[in-house]
Amino acid sequence: MSPVAGASKAAQGGPHYTKKDFESDQDVRWCPGCGDYAILAAVQKTMPDLGIPRENIVFISGIGCSSRFPYYMNTYGFHTIHGRAPAIATGLKLARPELKVFVVTGDGDGLSIGGNHLLHVLRRNVDVTILLFNNRIYGLTKGQYSPTSEQGKVTKSTPLGSAERPVSPCSFALAVGASFVARVVDRNIAHMEEVLRRAARHRGAAFVEILQNCNVYNDLAWNVLYDRESKVLAELRLEHGQRLVFGPVDDRRGLVLDGVKPRVVRVKDVPESALWVHDERDRATGLVLAQLWAPDYPIPLGVMASDETVPVYEDTLLAQERKAIADRGPGDIAALLRSGETWTIK
Amino acid sequence: MSETMASAPVVAKPRRTLTRAVIRFAGDSGDGMQVTGEQFTTEAAWAGNDIATLPNFPAEIRAPAGTLFGVSSFQLQFGSQRVYTPGDQLDALVAMNPAALKVHLGDLKPGGILVVNAAAFEERNLARAGYERSPLEDPGLAEKYRLHQVDITGLTKKALADLPLNAKEKDRCRNFFALGLVSWIYTRPLEPTLDAIRKRFAKNPQFVEANIRVLKAGHAFGETAEMFGEHYGIEPAEMAPGVYRSMTGNRALAWGVLAAAQRTQLPVVFGAYPITPASDVLHELALHKRFGIRSFQAEDEIAAMASIIGAAFGGAIGVTASSGPGIALKGEAIGLAVMAELPVVIFDVQRGGPSTGLPTKTEQADLMQAMYGRNSEAPVVVLAPASPGDCFFVAYEAIRLAVKYMVPVIVLSDGYLANGSEPWLIPDPAALPDIPVTFRTEAAGFFPYLRDPATLARPWVRPGTPGLEHRIGGIEKEDVTGNISYEPENHDYMVRMRAEKVRRVAQEIPPTTINGPHAGDVLVVGWGGTYGAITAAAEEAQLGGKAVASIHLRHLNPLPPDLGQILRQYRRVLVPEINSGQLVRILRAEYLVDAVGFHRVRGMPLQTQEIHEAITQLLEARP
Repeated sequence: MSPVAGASKAAQGGPHYTKKDFESDQDVRWCPGCGDYAILAAVQKTMPDLGIPRENIVFISGIGCSSRFPYYMNTYGFHTIHGRAPAIATGLKLARPELKVFVVTGDGDGLSIGGNHLLHVLRRNVDVTILLFNNRIYGLTKGQYSPTSEQGKVTKSTPLGSAERPVSPCSFALAVGASFVARVVDRNIAHMEEVLRRAARHRGAAFVEILQNCNVYNDLAWNVLYDRESKVLAELRLEHGQRLVFGPVDDRRGLVLDGVKPRVVRVKDVPESALWVHDERDRATGLVLAQLWAPDYPIPLGVMASDETVPVYEDTLLAQERKAIADRGPGDIAALLRSGETWTIK
Repeated sequence: MSETMASAPVVAKPRRTLTRAVIRFAGDSGDGMQVTGEQFTTEAAWAGNDIATLPNFPAEIRAPAGTLFGVSSFQLQFGSQRVYTPGDQLDALVAMNPAALKVHLGDLKPGGILVVNAAAFEERNLARAGYERSPLEDPGLAEKYRLHQVDITGLTKKALADLPLNAKEKDRCRNFFALGLVSWIYTRPLEPTLDAIRKRFAKNPQFVEANIRVLKAGHAFGETAEMFGEHYGIEPAEMAPGVYRSMTGNRALAWGVLAAAQRTQLPVVFGAYPITPASDVLHELALHKRFGIRSFQAEDEIAAMASIIGAAFGGAIGVTASSGPGIALKGEAIGLAVMAELPVVIFDVQRGGPSTGLPTKTEQADLMQAMYGRNSEAPVVVLAPASPGDCFFVAYEAIRLAVKYMVPVIVLSDGYLANGSEPWLIPDPAALPDIPVTFRTEAAGFFPYLRDPATLARPWVRPGTPGLEHRIGGIEKEDVTGNISYEPENHDYMVRMRAEKVRRVAQEIPPTTINGPHAGDVLVVGWGGTYGAITAAAEEAQLGGKAVASIHLRHLNPLPPDLGQILRQYRRVLVPEINSGQLVRILRAEYLVDAVGFHRVRGMPLQTQEIHEAITQLLEARP
């Protein structure tokens, strides 16, 4: 194990930060009204709670609106190239496993050009926290459909509607073996902060899909979760160990599992014991949850799966290095050069 | 010494002394020709010869038996004088089947030794090789060459008759019969091969016994069979005293990284994706975790490059290895390393192209890609080793320059250097130049792009250093502060700074070594794996009384500061390359010199003789 440096020190009264300590001196350049502002504020507000010295935190991003994020955090940061942030973060963690590394990406950056890297950082279970801002559109290139855009979406590049089926980021993450998967929405700040704290404390690859509003190119894409009336039946809040129930107070709905098939029921119609109890440690049922979507089902928000038993990639790799050194001592180039077949010329 | 190995005392056959010999073992992919060649190389090295080797094998893992495209070969030149190349024409050819004969006979000198496994010249193999009737029946073959038809298959079987191995296992020993025979022909010692057999089959005494028996049987056959009238000796070469080992280019690249890791005491993140002919660098470095090598097999070439940029950002040394197609994929990320000014080293083990091209064959056609193969103005340092052993020093130097100047460095090796080997005088690692590394820790006056006045390097800061939290990225930076800047004059200035920083590396380049007269008629300029052929050709011209010299460039970007002056001391400049003329273009553009190229792009090394002819033609083209 290589826990984040300074974390324990912090717990014993180390650095005491406020949100302000994590605000950089750069002017934030997102469009007025962008959902990214709320996410930035939530992340900055969450940071002090982690108890990690600011200098041990690194934000790495790719390309896109979301990827400007590192410039606004007063930590170490690296704004890299399109789609590659997970690979850059992997290299950084191999070099410096003791650092706390965040990857900030978007639906285009993470699931289109960088889909391959996202797959592998999750399956390897590198100890990084990945925040994927999903606004279902390409914003920085001014409004083309993205891999999460709905079928039929009319955009600049699909004037007659997109022919593609959207990918579900959380289903993807769970299917490739992610050890922590959660979904939040940009307009529920308290819930977002709570999940971000949990994700940041997870050891291993933690994946958080943040449903985010692009008010310029795809306004109210998540309106079903914003609108007071519609969200009552659309939002399913996940709580570990609790029954999966949602809907109006006077007419609660619940989920039951018929084998592997989820079904929506009226709570009053079934015995309480029939309702599905959420177990974060079970990644298989997490994957079932991740595939639920409105209008047939409610949209799950919160932690779908959290499994701390999955080995962390760099732990395994560095244990090999330590063992090799413990068994045979550190490398000696002079000895290596003379190993094997040699001959002497006088 | 070979006499002691023979199983029965016989009347010694006459032995003639040669100064050098070029031999080639050729057979099916499954005939063990690479092992045979490597083993003969070790024997010649033991005998004190200078050596250069050329393994040549198909890209297919198991090509269909007996086919022309399935032929695998191993060539070497060994001698009592300096050996620069694996040789042009062959003094001896061992052909284990008709396909090998068909593919390689054209390279055998008239009068050369031709050993064939006669048993393999049966109907099916002949048909696969496209022979209507056996070429061994053609009386012209024995007239033109010293043909030795040996039933290698049958003699191997006979030698192993009483051993409890199955027919297939017995047959697989036959390459060692050929090795034993050739070892007798050239009186090379069997001891290193006997040692190798004992080590290789340590867990299976039956195989040790079988292979040793067959090896000795081949040797004894040469000694006793009447078809061999004489054999040859080659005296030890005059080589610098010291302890030697055999070294291939890929292993040397890897070990150069290890030497730098030990010197700097920094972790090395080696991120790579498997690609021929560079994968052996990954395999080798994966073995050496004790040196702090964190080898990472990435999901693709781009991720490999990205991972080492992340590592360099974290204060480790980032190294990757690939070949042309992979370097093309890495291009955008290399540009990020240029922009972020991070120290990374990229090994490009060049192969035939474009596209998939000739994966197992050599080429020098990635020079322009290394120099200019990225979007916009993205200069990097470019180095090229001249021989397999030189790869060690160039890898080490690449890391030294990368961390000193905070700049990406590309090393252009090639398939010939990667798999070829040479006897290598083991260096004293303590004598390698120091690699000082300073991480900035002082917060006062810190700016991410405040440059060192001598090297123009920006400070290297490890995340985790309090007070130095900062952000970098691929967007243009403001000078000094590193903040995002779209200001036109700032961009112009930063473009110039990045170029100037690479130019400053010229102060590291020692005076160019001139092989031959310091002024004259023709200067031959080369780079990379053609060193041996060019040097040998220039020396041949000098022996012919010509005012010809050669130089070999290890630094391709920046070029040596004395190069312009040197080029002007010769009437003509000749640039042989295994491409369509890349360095020659750079030299013409850079120095306004009327250099001419010599290009052959066959996937094979250039030959000494053809370069010598090009020199001669240029000399005769006197206006």
